[in-house]
Amino acid sequence: MANQKKKKLTPVQQEYKDFQSQRETKRPILKNILKAYLVGGIICIIGQAIQLFYIYFFNFTDQTAGNPTVATLIFIAMLLTGFGVYDRIAQFGGAGTAVPVTGFGNAVISAAIEHRSEGFILGVGGNIFKLAGSVIISGVFAAFIVALVKTILIQWGGL
Amino acid sequence: MLTGHRTWLFDQKPVIVSTGTVGGPFEADGRIPDDFDLLHSDTWLEQDTFEKANKILLEEACQKAIEKGQIQKEQVQFFLGGDLINQITPTSFAMRTIGSPYLGLFGACSTSMEGLALGAFIVNGGGATCLLTGSVSHNSSVEKQFRYPTEYGGQKPPTAQWTVTGAGVALLKNQGIGPRVTSATIGKVVDMGLTDPFNMGGAMAPAAVDTIEAHLKERNVDPTYYDLIVTGDLGNIGRNVSLDMFKKHGLAIEEEKYQDCGLLIYRDDQPVLSGASGSGCSAAVVYGHLLNRMKKGDINRMLVVATGALLSPLTFQQNESIPCIAHAVSIEAGGDLS
Repeated sequence: MANQKKKKLTPVQQEYKDFQSQRETKRPILKNILKAYLVGGIICIIGQAIQLFYIYFFNFTDQTAGNPTVATLIFIAMLLTGFGVYDRIAQFGGAGTAVPVTGFGNAVISAAIEHRSEGFILGVGGNIFKLAGSVIISGVFAAFIVALVKTILIQWGGL
Repeated sequence: MLTGHRTWLFDQKPVIVSTGTVGGPFEADGRIPDDFDLLHSDTWLEQDTFEKANKILLEEACQKAIEKGQIQKEQVQFFLGGDLINQITPTSFAMRTIGSPYLGLFGACSTSMEGLALGAFIVNGGGATCLLTGSVSHNSSVEKQFRYPTEYGGQKPPTAQWTVTGAGVALLKNQGIGPRVTSATIGKVVDMGLTDPFNMGGAMAPAAVDTIEAHLKERNVDPTYYDLIVTGDLGNIGRNVSLDMFKKHGLAIEEEKYQDCGLLIYRDDQPVLSGASGSGCSAAVVYGHLLNRMKKGDINRMLVVATGALLSPLTFQQNESIPCIAHAVSIEAGGDLS
């Protein structure tokens, strides 16, 4: 793919592309990874605390505490998105805020807020999964493939 | 009039008699708040959508220019301008209020100088004696148009730029007191095959270089002729790349005399990454800050090169590269043509 694209460029374009990329500020990858590790870790610690809270103060078990914990984290992410704080944390945290479930909540609610001006049906309804939709469809499709492989292996593979 | 292939010399030297600049809270917090006529503390501007706020910015900038130029709204013969939103609706909607004959322009972030060049051409040729030109952008509505929702937590790379919430409008007349527009060079579409929409500066630099070199060649002057050559919104990356390109081409441009509007508008510690961008960026900085400096006598001659990336969210998703353009207009305090 990358090679195909390169072939399409004229020599002058290719020369400029290299010339430009030498002068381009690169993403500080190592710094970003460390930040993502820290921020993602902190979010997970908060999640763990919430889970323990549900187990100790309500009648949840290790297995059932997951759902209310995820819901609470998404709720917090939504509040922070609505107050305009989440995108600032995300600029710092990068993948640390995008990978946990909070990133998913943010993708949904930010699109909903953004398109509120076009009304509830066409605006919010039509655009709420603008960003998260591709995550859902990829997840569902991947789950389908994995389930298919598992079924085939169990049925015919004799696992 | 036409000198070379694409440079106009304006022998009548149309005058920028007044300007109007409006900004938002982020600009008020920036480096040059005193050069704005009006600053808003809220990005909504008391409207219920950002698109309406975008329109209000331009309306207010027009009103300021009209007020400072001591004319009536009805005396405006034409308006030339545009913005970055689909079908340039904020500009067209603002023209419902202004009510003058209107030519909508789209040159992405180069719209400000496209408008000034065409405006000066019309005034110079006797097509009008008094017209308005300008452009506008609004951070939230432009981000919505081109990128992700404003509150979406995606990490931007260090090459990304911050869209200015602001508008700049100039009132151009055939006579009067003020800085004069002496020449303009119209840009060509230059596409160097870059595809990263988070690195506009790098994509636009060759267009700026092409237009500046054509301008200097066709007017037969060297870079020292201008006290300042200022680009629209190349940002850090684009400015450095273009400086190196000039070096490579053997054109001696002093670094202090080669500035960028995208680097003038905000303070260094504001979180704008590579600098500012947007069609309101060059308009607000040139019509506010730079013309004020010209009036103070800091600058005598300057060449404004507004740069635009002519992409849309659709073309980017279809893996098209980013075509870019730059228009140059020279503004001189005394208005002497060499």
